[in-house]
Amino acid sequence: MSQTWAYISNYSIYSAMAVFTLSFFAHAYETAWAVRAPQSADSTDGNLITKTLDYTRTEKAARIATAMMILGFILLFAGVIARGISAHRVPWGNMYEFSITGALAFTGAYLAALRKYDLRWLGLLVSIAVLLTLGTAVAVLYRPSAPLVPALKSTWLVIHVSAAIISGGVFLLANVIAGAYLYLDSMERKGPRAVWAQRLPSLEVLDQLSYRLVAFVFPLWTFAVIAGAIWAESAWGRYWGWDPKETWAFITWVAYAAYLHARVTIGWRGRRAAWLCLFAGSTFLFNYIYVNIYGTGKHTYSGL
Amino acid sequence: MSKEIELPELGATGLLRYSWRQLTSMRTALILLLMLGVAAIPGSLIPQRDQNPMKVREYFSDSPTLAQWMDRVSLFDVYGSPWFSAIYILLFISLIGCVLPRSVEHFHAARALPPKTPKNLDRMEFHSTWNAQGDEIERAYVLLKAKRFRILRENNAISAEKGFTRETGNLFFHLSLILILIGVGFGSLFGMRGDAIVNVGERFINVPTTYDSLKFGKLLNEKALPPFVITVDNFVAKYNTLTNAPEDYTLNVSVIDKPGAPSVKKTVKVNSPLRFGSTNVYLQANGYSPIVTIRDRVGNVALQGPVPFLPQDGNLRSIGAIKVPDADPQIGFVATFLPTQARDSVQGGISVFPEALDPKMLFSIWRGDLGLNTGIPQSVYRIDTSKMERIGLESLKPGESFSYEGGSITFEGYVPWVNLQVVRDPGKNYALLGGIVAILGLLASLFTRRRRIWIRISDSGKVEVAGLAKNAAPGLEVEIAKLVSLLKGEK
Repeated sequence: MSQTWAYISNYSIYSAMAVFTLSFFAHAYETAWAVRAPQSADSTDGNLITKTLDYTRTEKAARIATAMMILGFILLFAGVIARGISAHRVPWGNMYEFSITGALAFTGAYLAALRKYDLRWLGLLVSIAVLLTLGTAVAVLYRPSAPLVPALKSTWLVIHVSAAIISGGVFLLANVIAGAYLYLDSMERKGPRAVWAQRLPSLEVLDQLSYRLVAFVFPLWTFAVIAGAIWAESAWGRYWGWDPKETWAFITWVAYAAYLHARVTIGWRGRRAAWLCLFAGSTFLFNYIYVNIYGTGKHTYSGL
Repeated sequence: MSKEIELPELGATGLLRYSWRQLTSMRTALILLLMLGVAAIPGSLIPQRDQNPMKVREYFSDSPTLAQWMDRVSLFDVYGSPWFSAIYILLFISLIGCVLPRSVEHFHAARALPPKTPKNLDRMEFHSTWNAQGDEIERAYVLLKAKRFRILRENNAISAEKGFTRETGNLFFHLSLILILIGVGFGSLFGMRGDAIVNVGERFINVPTTYDSLKFGKLLNEKALPPFVITVDNFVAKYNTLTNAPEDYTLNVSVIDKPGAPSVKKTVKVNSPLRFGSTNVYLQANGYSPIVTIRDRVGNVALQGPVPFLPQDGNLRSIGAIKVPDADPQIGFVATFLPTQARDSVQGGISVFPEALDPKMLFSIWRGDLGLNTGIPQSVYRIDTSKMERIGLESLKPGESFSYEGGSITFEGYVPWVNLQVVRDPGKNYALLGGIVAILGLLASLFTRRRRIWIRISDSGKVEVAGLAKNAAPGLEVEIAKLVSLLKGEK
């Protein structure tokens, strides 16, 4: 029975990947085809080719792209739930499961933000990031569905890990936006934006958006760290032991705290803030990838 | 140095004041915060004595000179090192110097009324104006009071302010960090931590001599150990038959809280320790103790009972030493216990499952000087065989015996052992309280907006409304638009 659920989970995740690929192509089509070269013959000679943006003709592609993103989210959600059912527990017991649940949180964060802001331009990057995460999970990190080791059998697994995964998803979204900021900023320094980038939000909006995401999720990350400490107290006999994972969670916390202070108190904006945001996000990624796979210590649940 | 420039004399107090201002400035605090993050990195990449003493020893044996230099700058004890402590102590002094004056200031500001309505409201944000009906001030007062604005009433105007929670939350967040640090410090000064390996069927009495290792905080002594007694009744470990990974550990114990108290049956699991006030007892590890009987030449028992062995891998291949110091010459057994034995062409005897399904003990017998009288502390799991000679090599199944020159050994069977970790941390509740306050403070400071709203009826009979958002936070425009439409009596 649990084997059947494991198969259902795997097929849902493969299907989600196929649908995210379609979403990726639709986003790429939208980004590329909205740029319109002039039709008339006389303007093609010389350097006076003025390209224009015409989103009316790619509106259909944009809608398909978002619809595919939602469908992918639903399939991924089903895959994650089925994985949980097959193992009779929450689906985050090893790194494969962290990755699929993290990809779900990331897509969810994007779709939630999409309801409020016009972020369809970001879909291209989001679909690439999700595909890379899922691809790595399926190809490298996959482990058969299995029960948990005794230390993980706790209600705190649900609380601590879900808080950490959601925070991670939002931090990465903020990072993608900070990255977009830096790219567009350097583009604007050389002159006007390229045609395809004209619909993208202004630098100011991007700057604010990545800050809002971080400010929104920083308390949740703080909670994830404290919930981890409470759990560690009951499982390992100490609430803080400078285990590599704990250390890097602390470093991430310090880096984002510095980012928030730099913005709120000192008034950093723009490039410097974006770089600091990227730096803080990279400490999270380092913790996730390096410490999970190569690190020693008590948080060795990657199953690798 | 140019002699022409004359600097004003700072003097000792001036210099102190200058240093204090520098230390408590926001910039310094931010630099210290980032430094703390950077300083935490080496400890996560280099093995630390507290967590992985074996790896540290490997560093010393692989490259002694480098390891000595690393040790000199505390790279194996990063989180207790002088430089790490220096950063966080400076950071907290800076924090206190920053937060305390701000708290006092905020306390006064929060009780004061908002400042008077400015003269030119049309220069403020979200300004709007219309012909007055006359009772706008009164109605605005009621509306704003209901939304818990703090209001200064003037002749024909209202100055209202809201959102002090932002700074309150911010201050509580920073004060709570100090509380966490106090909790950590308190726990390390008045705490203790010890480990004891106890065989199933045996008793653990909470006195210093029953511990295998024991560390006290600087301000705590051994008299502080609560006088409980734990009898280990049984221990059950369940393993997954596909992955060999453990699925469940259950330890059943009988506990006597203090002398004379009745014995109470309790169950300990990995995530649910025994709790005695601020002292907890954790189930931290488990393994096997082979039970052996060793007889001398004429058949008298020289040693009998379970000997704890140390697990080496996930399938609990365990190594240990059986020492018979009373034999003459002394006898020692360097042994391996395999819970489910198998043979591997490279490694020799291995275990293929952690449960004792087909146990076997392999050992070599050594005769000579065990070196117990040298005064150098020795591991109970190892034998220094440098002054001994090997006189035999054998493997036994439970119930089997082996005779060697000068005696015999019988492998009677095995019992599981558990490692009880006893931890006292009286500071952890302060740290927890600090953590909770930190989150609440963060939420309050990140999600409330401080803003002012003014309403005035001018002499020409016009109502004027305007506002000011202190943190450039959005939402005030909508709030004012709502207020305006309510005042105008629009639906």
